[in-house]
Amino acid sequence: MSTIKKGTSRERNEFMWGWLFILPTMFGLIVLNIIPIFQTIWQSFFKTGDFGRGNIFIGAENYIRLFGDTEVWQSVLNTFKYAIVEVPFSIAISLVLAVLLNRKMKGVSAYRTIFFLPMVAAPAAVAMVWRWLFNTEFGLLNHVFHSNVQWISDPRFAVFSIAVIGIWSIIGYNMVLFLAGLQEIPRDYYEAADIDGANGIEQFFNITIPLLSPTIFFVSITRIIGGMQVFDLIFMVMDRNNPALYKTQSIVYLFYQNSFVENNKGYGSTIVVLLIAIIMVITVFQMIAQKKWVYYN
Amino acid sequence: MEQRAKIMSMVIHLILVLVSITMLVPFLWMALTAFKSMTEATSVNPFVIFPSVWRTENFTTVINNMDFPILYWNTLLLIAGRVIAAVLTATLAGYAFARLEFRGKNFMFSLILFQMMVPGQIYIIPQYLMVSKMGQLNTIFALVFPGLVTAFGTFLLRQAYMGLPRDLEEAARLDGCNIGQTFLWIMAPLTQSSMVALGIFTAVFAYKDLMWPLICNRDVMPLSAALAKMQGQYTNNYPQLMAASLLACVPMIVLYLVFQKQFVEGIATSGGKL
Repeated sequence: MSTIKKGTSRERNEFMWGWLFILPTMFGLIVLNIIPIFQTIWQSFFKTGDFGRGNIFIGAENYIRLFGDTEVWQSVLNTFKYAIVEVPFSIAISLVLAVLLNRKMKGVSAYRTIFFLPMVAAPAAVAMVWRWLFNTEFGLLNHVFHSNVQWISDPRFAVFSIAVIGIWSIIGYNMVLFLAGLQEIPRDYYEAADIDGANGIEQFFNITIPLLSPTIFFVSITRIIGGMQVFDLIFMVMDRNNPALYKTQSIVYLFYQNSFVENNKGYGSTIVVLLIAIIMVITVFQMIAQKKWVYYN
Repeated sequence: MEQRAKIMSMVIHLILVLVSITMLVPFLWMALTAFKSMTEATSVNPFVIFPSVWRTENFTTVINNMDFPILYWNTLLLIAGRVIAAVLTATLAGYAFARLEFRGKNFMFSLILFQMMVPGQIYIIPQYLMVSKMGQLNTIFALVFPGLVTAFGTFLLRQAYMGLPRDLEEAARLDGCNIGQTFLWIMAPLTQSSMVALGIFTAVFAYKDLMWPLICNRDVMPLSAALAKMQGQYTNNYPQLMAASLLACVPMIVLYLVFQKQFVEGIATSGGKL
């Protein structure tokens, strides 16, 4: 009874308006996102019948197949290789660029505009032009370096060539996030360090890095998660008959192939569940590790 | 000391110019190749950098073969649909989550946070099956569909409302505005900059989305999917592929150059608040 008594007209009013306001979002979110999470997990226990006919329940068979599927584990390895190159390099480069741009000098906004440019280009177009730059016979890169490297068809390093495209695409974005973080660091710290005679490099490691560590942590988490989901670049750069495809295809690429090219949505769902499990494990590790190096003021 | 500072500044500019060149060369090479003939593009000895004549055939060919006006139109509708839906729903929900007290709010907000943490690929198969069951594959509706609501945008707008002072609402309510009026006339206009940020963020990512259009729209395509399809057809005609890429990139780049500040702030501040 007391709850009803407490339900003053103002509270009832807020209840009504509150639900009215969140209703479109929550309805959409539940239908488009929350239910599909369970559907995908459920789907991973099924096999799509031939000619797209019906779902056949096969229990854990997809998972058993997954554990023995060397193509999947190769794709996990490929994805890790991609992320291990893309994430640290893109973060290091963009951090240095942000520090260089975080001062009063001519041309700061011009540089920022140029570095950010890849962010607004369609990944399909970016991938195509890099494919052309990487072309073994006619590509600009081999011409400039007087080399004859098979950048994207040599299975040994094609995945790293693709990571280079990834780095090129993302440094402007990371840099802008770092610039925002740098602006929060009080100038006095650097002035005090100047008086103590610390040089620029010492200041970078003893002031900038520790005080920027929350931003660095945030960017590395989002970049690792993003890197683990790489698809566009690999889909666009690697032809179906590229000899390096097996050594470059990512987890999401295999998900796409299985679900929408081979039309086995059950196995595709199983691959997604694997992807989520991997990302969760990485995130947990990062959360534990952050206590060691992230400095919250 | 003066001398040293000058040298430092020159070194810094040198680094920044080198990086700028690295960022620009792919775009320049795309443009240069688009004006070349196939023979020029694949000439090795001598290696051709500038086309001998600035040909426009590659552009006219791809515009006709790929029906670029339709691609632009589809992309525009995709972007407009997602931006309008996202800004509208997120503004409403963001306000409620920031400023109203009601039963069930915390649980609903935890669903928002949960959605933001889960990688997007997990939604794709069920979303595809839904669109397919509705008989809406190959429509503009299908393109917009996954972006009808946005957990991330709701979170972003909630943050914006939480940063506003409370007295404004109190005053409006004392003047006899109900919650809906207070929201519409007083509070919503104050979060315009966040709405713009969300709008730009949504627009850029709708434009860049590749996997969803590939899956659900093989006929009514936006630019991204059309480029992918074209690469499958004209694998090695690089002058034409580059002409199509350039045509696909130019509108967004022009918008970016005009609204630079809003773009960088919109994408970066949205990203930074995630």
